Formats: sequence, structure tokens, C-alpha cells
Amino acid sequence: MVDKTLELFDCGHRACGGCGAALSARLVTKAAGTNTIIVSSTGCMEVFSTPYPETAWKVPWIHSLFENASAVASGIEASLKKQGRNEKVVIMAGDGATFDIGMICISGAFERGHDFTYICYDNEAYMNTGIQRSGATPYDASTTTSPAGKCSFGNKRPKKDIPQILAAHGAPYIATASVAYPADLMQKVEKAINTRGPCYVQIHAPCCTGWGFEGEQTIAVAKLAIETGLWVNYEMVEGKVVKAKKVVRKPVEEYLKTQKRFRHLFKPTRQDAEIAVIQAMADRNAEKYAIDIKLKKE
Amino acid sequence: MALAVGCRARPGKSRDNKTGSWRVFKPVFDREKCTKCGLCMTLCPEGCIHETEEEFVAPDYTYCKGCGICAEECPGEGIKMILEEK
Ligand SMILES: Cc1ncc(C[n+]2csc(CCOP(=O)(O)OP(=O)(O)O)c2C)c(N)n1
Ligand code: SF4
Ligand code: SF4
Ligand SMILES: [Mg+2]
Repeated sequence: MVDKTLELFDCGHRACGGCGAALSARLVTKAAGTNTIIVSSTGCMEVFSTPYPETAWKVPWIHSLFENASAVASGIEASLKKQGRNEKVVIMAGDGATFDIGMICISGAFERGHDFTYICYDNEAYMNTGIQRSGATPYDASTTTSPAGKCSFGNKRPKKDIPQILAAHGAPYIATASVAYPADLMQKVEKAINTRGPCYVQIHAPCCTGWGFEGEQTIAVAKLAIETGLWVNYEMVEGKVVKAKKVVRKPVEEYLKTQKRFRHLFKPTRQDAEIAVIQAMADRNAEKYAIDIKLKKE
Repeated sequence: MALAVGCRARPGKSRDNKTGSWRVFKPVFDREKCTKCGLCMTLCPEGCIHETEEEFVAPDYTYCKGCGICAEECPGEGIKMILEEK
């Protein structure tokens, strides 16, 4: 067990007030402990944590490119093994780095079976460069490259299922987590780190700036994603879902209404057909992961 | 500015950047209402809330950005955000 009272991601970083990604960095480093080497991809977390010569990291940390964090981590892991050292290698990468540009390096590293933990802090777009859509952006979210307007309701594609893709690579442990449930998040990170082989944890990390809500709402928004079934917290062992957080589900609009990126679904007129499409996605999630708590009828 | 080999930097050197100057609203903690559950300490994205010697919790205003998460999430509503006069 590592000492979770230590703060290994320090004050003075330049994330927006209320940033979910910054909170995830704090929680992940707490769970990982001091015997850790972190590899970051280019993105908000890399930029806000390390404007040279400042760094918020209190464990060894390295950044190379946007697309190659898993290749860099592979090399570090192989070298540590050769030297007989036991540091844990943890990647902290954004959703753009993970779902899109890094996929080739990730696939190669998972195929080779390196003993590392890949963490994707998922803020559902390319935030650092000004809110462009990624493969993680949810259906109908308005971003600068999927703007809602007269001809479009925003992002046309549903979120890509990266955990499934990595399960197909034979990853021994995969989990999804949320900054709204810090104890669960830390437990999953610890489990991933202590499981041999390439493991993956995808963390829902709301971004007040990119999604359009006030910073104090970060936890509330993250909770609503879970309570509506649009984000499911689960664990997969050897490719099988073994546990999923159950909820008494709320209608998806309770989540959508909290964020400006979905505002066009309610104003100037309510788009019932589009909201129904998103509700159907939540219903499918609920069925697939069996998350519904059925309340007894009185 | 000279670059160190590998652009290396001292761990936690970000502390030079005093983000408290960003704050517009300031969280004020009510000792009477605090049950010391620790939730604010866990959820602060700055990690700047600590236990004090008087067995209470308090933010480090040198770094607190005033995001308001602690006030929003405190189960006992023991934290208030007030507009800060500067
Ligand atoms: C090869 C390459 N293409 C584009 C960029 C510009 N770039 C820097 S960060 C970034 C987006 C990062 O998105 P994500 O991984 O989701 O992290 P976030 O900023 O959202 O935390 C882009 C496009 C780059 N650095 N390298
Ligand atoms: S833009 Fe979003 S992810 Fe980036 S620092 Fe701000 S809140 Fe965090
Ligand atoms: S207002 Fe935000 S930054 Fe300040 S102590 Fe509360 S949670 Fe931390
Ligand atoms: Mg992103």
C-alpha cells in the first residue's frame, strides 16, 4: 500500500480553476506513490503542469510528443527491466492523444505486453489547442471543429469504445473511473499498477472551459454523467466486465442541460428527436453493463 | 534563459507560481459546521487544503484559485464563497 496522504502533484500548476484533469493528476499520483515514473503526451496536463522551468510533478516525469507516450513508456519499462529496477511506469495522456493520434503506438505497446499502466484523462476533446473534437467527444457535442448551427447538431459520431479495443489486445486489467468518485478512482489505479502487463484506466475528467460550465460544478457534472448512464464506471478483467457501478438512472437531459456544448439541444427550440437519440445511447449502456437499480414499486 | 540538460526542472518548482492571485471569490471555512470529513481536501484540484494545527482544515490562499469546488461539495455547507476585495 502506498501512502495516499502524500501530495505528488504540487500547487502552482496553471490549470483552469476547477479543472477535472488537474484533480485526476493529483489522485493518480496519490494512488501510484513515489516509486513511479510518469510519461505524458502533449496536451493541457503537460502544458499546465510544466511551463519550463516550473513543474508540478514530484515524481520523475517525461514528455516527448503528442503521439508517442506509449512508445516512450515502452522504452523506459524495457530499460528498467534490463537494469533489474522496480519503478512503476504510468502514462498520463489526453483523449486526443489516446483515441486518435497515439493509437498506433498504443496498439504496438499493448501487443508487446509491456508492464505499464496507461491512464487516459478524458476531457472529451482537444482542449489545449482550443476545443477540437476527438474520437472521445460525445454525440451532438458542439466543438470548434464540430460546431452546432443551422446545418448540424454538433459532433456526428458517438464516443469510440477504446476499452473494448484494448481488451481485444488482451489487456489483463481495464477500468473506467471518474473524478467524482476519488476513492474508487485511486483503487482502480492502484490495481492497474499492481497488475502485470499493459493495463488501461480511462478517467472522466470534466473540463469547465471546453464543456461550458462554472468550475465549481466539475464534480456535480461528473456525477450526473454517471447518474444518467452516459458514463459507466466499470472494471474489466481479462476482457470480461466484472463490476459496474449501479445507479437509479436520471433522464439524460439532466446532464446535457448543465453544459454549453449541448445548449443547441434546448435553445432556441428543444430538439426532442436528438435528445431521444442520446437517451437511447444511455439505455444501451444501462443494458450492456446492467447498471440499473430497479426500485421496488410501492 | 539557459536550458538544463533534458530541460529538467526541480520537483514541485511550480510553487514559484502563486496562483492565489487568480482568485475572485474566496472560500471561507466555518469551524462550527466542519465535521473534518476531509472531502474538500480530496477534491481540491490544487491540493491546497490542509489540516491545521488547531485540528481544523484550511486552504492555502497562496495557491487557492477560488474555483468553488470545496464550497459546492462540502456536505455540511460549511464553506462560503465571498467576493474578495483586493
Ligand atoms: C503531431 C502533433 N499534432 C498536433 C499538435 C498540437 N496539439 C498539442 S496538444 C493537442 C491536443 C491535445 O488533446 P488531448 O490529448 O485530448 O489533451 P487535452 O489538451 O484535451 O488535455 C494538439 C492537437 C502536436 N503537439 N503534435
Ligand atoms: S481547458 Fe479544460 S482541461 Fe485544460 S486546463 Fe482548462 S479546465 Fe483543464
Ligand atoms: S476554492 Fe477551489 S482551489 Fe480554493 S480551496 Fe476550494 S477547491 Fe481548492
Ligand atoms: Mg482532451
